[in-house]
Amino acid sequence: MEENQFLIENSALTGEALEKKRRLEQDPSSRTDHMAYMEGMEQIQSDVRERVMAQTAAYDYDRYTAADVAAALSHDTCTIEDFKALLSPAALPFLEQMAEKAQLETRKHFGNSVYIFTPLYIANYCENYCIYCGFNCYNQIHRKKLTMEEIEREMKVIADSGIEEILMLTGESRKMSDLNYIGEACKLARKYFRNVGLEIYPVNADEYAYLHQCGADYITVFQETYNPDKYETLHLMGHKRVWPYRFEAQERALRGGMRGVGFSALLGLDDFRKDALATGLHVYYLQRKYPHAEMSLSCPRLRPIINNEKINPRDVHEKQLCQILCAYRIFLPFAGITVSSRENARFRNGIIRIAATKVSAGVSTGIGDHEAKYSGKEEAAAGDEQFEIADSRSFDEMYDAICAQGLQPVLNDYIYTDAEDGSRF
Amino acid sequence: MKDTFTLGGHEFTSRFILGSGKYNLSLIKAAIEDAGAEIITLALRRANTKKEENILDYIPEGVTLLPNTSGARTAEEAVRIAHLAREMGCGDFVKIEIMRDSKYLLPDNYETIRATEILAKEGYVVMPYMYPDLNVARSLAAAGAACIMPLAAPIGSNKGLATKEFIQILIDEIELPIIVDAGIGRPSQACEAMEMGAAAIMANTAIATAGDIPAMAGAFKKAIEAGRTAYLTGMGRVLQRGSEASDPLTGFLGD
Repeated sequence: MEENQFLIENSALTGEALEKKRRLEQDPSSRTDHMAYMEGMEQIQSDVRERVMAQTAAYDYDRYTAADVAAALSHDTCTIEDFKALLSPAALPFLEQMAEKAQLETRKHFGNSVYIFTPLYIANYCENYCIYCGFNCYNQIHRKKLTMEEIEREMKVIADSGIEEILMLTGESRKMSDLNYIGEACKLARKYFRNVGLEIYPVNADEYAYLHQCGADYITVFQETYNPDKYETLHLMGHKRVWPYRFEAQERALRGGMRGVGFSALLGLDDFRKDALATGLHVYYLQRKYPHAEMSLSCPRLRPIINNEKINPRDVHEKQLCQILCAYRIFLPFAGITVSSRENARFRNGIIRIAATKVSAGVSTGIGDHEAKYSGKEEAAAGDEQFEIADSRSFDEMYDAICAQGLQPVLNDYIYTDAEDGSRF
Repeated sequence: MKDTFTLGGHEFTSRFILGSGKYNLSLIKAAIEDAGAEIITLALRRANTKKEENILDYIPEGVTLLPNTSGARTAEEAVRIAHLAREMGCGDFVKIEIMRDSKYLLPDNYETIRATEILAKEGYVVMPYMYPDLNVARSLAAAGAACIMPLAAPIGSNKGLATKEFIQILIDEIELPIIVDAGIGRPSQACEAMEMGAAAIMANTAIATAGDIPAMAGAFKKAIEAGRTAYLTGMGRVLQRGSEASDPLTGFLGD
């Protein structure tokens, strides 16, 4: 099986657990139906999924020629057909022209601004078996869930460094990191930050409404791959296995009152051109349906994880990644584009000149180790990280790097407008 | 006589309102100087409280702050942001920006009228950013707006006077100052709007994305002044095409 590069052994598993893991990996009939909603999962009426999937299924990128790409680049507005041409192999020789057009669109919509944020992982417990992820339930790592006191201490350290926007993340375990826990963490975050986003397991619209009340206004959910057949072979167990529930997470979040939603495929899992197309269309159709919503895109490539150094982004090299980002920018000029510390400093310095509008800084993907990392203080009790980062620059270093490019670092571009929050200033 | 215009009882000489978003804060002072601006906008959502990032520290004394309500999606949200601006010491001026569209960022005229009504009653100098529609402009005037700020083209697009005919109608029909906002990409376009009789120009992206920000601010200043002078002087005769007919249509008329 192609995805066997992901599978790792875990000698600590009991005989029964090991047998279950093996069976899930080897026998597809032992897995649940990935297209069937589990109990408690809200099903919404929406045609967005159908439209995205119909376009993606019909996408034959080898059909596009240099003439199609040149035509796409000459158009004032980018159609879906143009977007398909820009993602095709025929567009790669046009990378410089694509970058020039993308840069123009970025400057028109965002000026010289580049936003800075940091992610804060508050728990790494996970009930899913996603074979490429460092947090997967069969991977033997140090698990940790921060207490409210520990979260507050981490937040203080981060806020003291100058960062004003935070993205809080958990592993996907409703049992270990329940909604109330995340909601309380949001309330704490509001004390220290001016903008709070979440990247957690997908929940129902009323639950998003609760988290919104607690102070979060942005929800990011990565679809990983938009190919359900491939998805099924990678997400073998747990709630995350349900592909359509995940697909509809952003729409439920908007219905729950969130201001903005983030999207992404994990590039390298499947055919990246189709995944990039589907990601762009997911944003496109949802924006048409919810025109007030703020949309953003990420572009993560696969990274090595603890206990598996071999994981890599396969055929998505830097040039392809740049092509995808330029195509996103030209097709969706209004959307924010985040480039995380999965990419190295050289790439991030370059891409903020072209298409990216948001970067992370002072990143740790481990649990509860900001204090140790920021202050040099040793702390042994931290939880293990989700993946290895490639750019470990601090907030100050990132700030200076953005200025050095003639761009303007922006720490916050958000204002809470809810009545009960007005007292914040 | 000095050529000035008035907003909520305050008199201004400079007809160039400068945006402060999208560029390096350290350039703001130079941009204000080279633009000769007396009013500078401030997105409250950007007004960071941290010392090194506080835009208020970069704005010279004597310049009027114009906080905007960017980020608001409804009249109620705009009102709340206006209140926050006042509490932060930004004065009584407020530019109303209400968008319910994240793609084009076009203003919502209906919500804008509602917010104008509320804030004007509370004593703000209300400057509403709007899509140029005569009926809406009349409603805004009736609601107590200090001026009308129609868009020339979608914000950031630098496309110039795409709504020219409709802005001209506002200039002709509305008693309040018409300040052209958004979409002005070149000094020549700013000049053209001033020739039409606009009271002032508001620009941000065109300056923020220029190679030399203070120099471009200066170029806009000159263009705006040129357009204003041309308007005051009265434009000379401009023939539509060709020359005058040697065989006049009315030549047949007898006594």
